[in-house]
Amino acid sequence: MTFRKYLVLAGITIFSTLGDSLLARGMKELGGVSLHNFSGLLFAILNPWVGVGILLLLAFFASYMSALSWADLTYVLPATSLSYVLVALIARIGFHEHISPTRWLGIALISAGVGFVAAGPSLTLVRHKADLPEPTPPAQDRPRALSQEAKS
Amino acid sequence: MNELYAWAAIALITLAATTGDVLLAYSMKRVGDVGALWRTRGLAAVGVRIVTTPTFFLGVMAMAVAFYSLLFGLSWGNLSLVVPASASLTFVANALAARIFLHEQVGRRRWAAALLVAVGVALMAA
Repeated sequence: MTFRKYLVLAGITIFSTLGDSLLARGMKELGGVSLHNFSGLLFAILNPWVGVGILLLLAFFASYMSALSWADLTYVLPATSLSYVLVALIARIGFHEHISPTRWLGIALISAGVGFVAAGPSLTLVRHKADLPEPTPPAQDRPRALSQEAKS
Repeated sequence: MNELYAWAAIALITLAATTGDVLLAYSMKRVGDVGALWRTRGLAAVGVRIVTTPTFFLGVMAMAVAFYSLLFGLSWGNLSLVVPASASLTFVANALAARIFLHEQVGRRRWAAALLVAVGVALMAA
């Protein structure tokens, strides 16, 4: 794994957390949107919180797609699940919400899961050459990743 | 009855989200390493290759189904049930689906990670 790839994983975590938080804040400001005032949904993007939230979620989607192009789905999903921890920490630091012992246990388990998967290889996929239109040049960490998986 | 609807929505969200994740992961593997492609051919080539991958749009559609199921699920069940239950189940379902459909080698390390995160996410809502 190169530093750039860790940056993409961090981007997924941070963009999704901030995007969701801003979107939630903006939608609370706007109040309930129902099917009866559907036009309210169209004007929702004019709210700065909602607008920036959507931009951040687009950034999340772009980095998520990038990560899936060079890492396994079963690597990317647990590796970016720190976003759940980040939400709790934002609530604790930013809004002074209380974190119960059960939630601390949840934070510990998620962090342990992230550690487990991040220490392993990022790509185990066996590529079928005939199946791919144009094979891309292999990344630096691939041969090492495959040999690690074979050992475990 | 509302609880039954809520669990039906949770099942639908999990199914749609897993289908979407697997289709998107499959599409991006076909596209190839986006970073390398960007450096050698430019950003436009990356965009063209993504939008000419049909399974990418199927994946996005499945994600949209998951999102709307979540909205409907939230109208029947509690936020504190629907969101963590579907997120937690999606981690486990994705590990299974990635193994079956994407032929990823989900070893003990990956299973441990998926299960720890799934239990952790469920606890976060408690």
